[in-house]
Amino acid sequence: MLLSNLELVPGRRVLKHLGLVQGSTVRAKHVGKDLFAGLKNIVGGELKAYTELLQESREEATQRMVQQAEAAGANAILNVRYATSSITAGAAEIFAYGTAVVLE
Amino acid sequence: MDALLDFLDVVIFAALFLLGFFAGRWNERRHYASIRRREREFAGVLLFSNRFPPHGTGRVATRLVAGSAVISDDYFKNVLAGLYSFFGGRVRSYESLIDRARREAVLRMKAEARKLGAGMIINAKFQTFAIGGRNQNNIKGVEILVYGTALGSAAQA
Repeated sequence: MLLSNLELVPGRRVLKHLGLVQGSTVRAKHVGKDLFAGLKNIVGGELKAYTELLQESREEATQRMVQQAEAAGANAILNVRYATSSITAGAAEIFAYGTAVVLE
Repeated sequence: MDALLDFLDVVIFAALFLLGFFAGRWNERRHYASIRRREREFAGVLLFSNRFPPHGTGRVATRLVAGSAVISDDYFKNVLAGLYSFFGGRVRSYESLIDRARREAVLRMKAEARKLGAGMIINAKFQTFAIGGRNQNNIKGVEILVYGTALGSAAQA
């Protein structure tokens, strides 16, 4: 499965548009990790636990989007976009979407 | 006794304020040094926000690449931001925070592109997400996500 946030793939024609595919996940943070992040919040620096959490969520959302595209018989997803929003204090939703296509 | 407890509050605040100031500055300086070093290292990976590949690009390998970083503020910056939000004006302590997060995210994306053997990333999109937000009891930080399409060589396509 080819993923790209371009509207076209250089040198390859789009044979068929299969429509929008999407994947999302809602993740909450871990209390233990949050305790450490609280200490980091005093001295500053990167919150590695949060970076990893959001990255894993993004991978999961992407995975779900890819599954949907595979089910539709696509071999590529074009114009991929990501969106992040906080649902409540401590939980975030990661959303990935794009257009499933068949490339030659 | 009450007066003593009040005094303890002030001492704790002063200690956190000073710790935030010195540790935060040290962290920031170290981070900037690392960012500058890696920016020179990855200068060969070109980054554009163009939607289309350059003219004359044939059939090349394309892949989605992304980088992200969550950078937290420190106690000193937090207090300063509180003051700024009262008087208004530029919140310079947070400007450097977001700048660090953005440059770090770009570097991580470039590292991913280089690992794939790509020399160029196009259609870069930035996204900013505030963690904690306005809630006083929460961890505060800012996440920057950047993603784009890495263009590889014709051999990989």
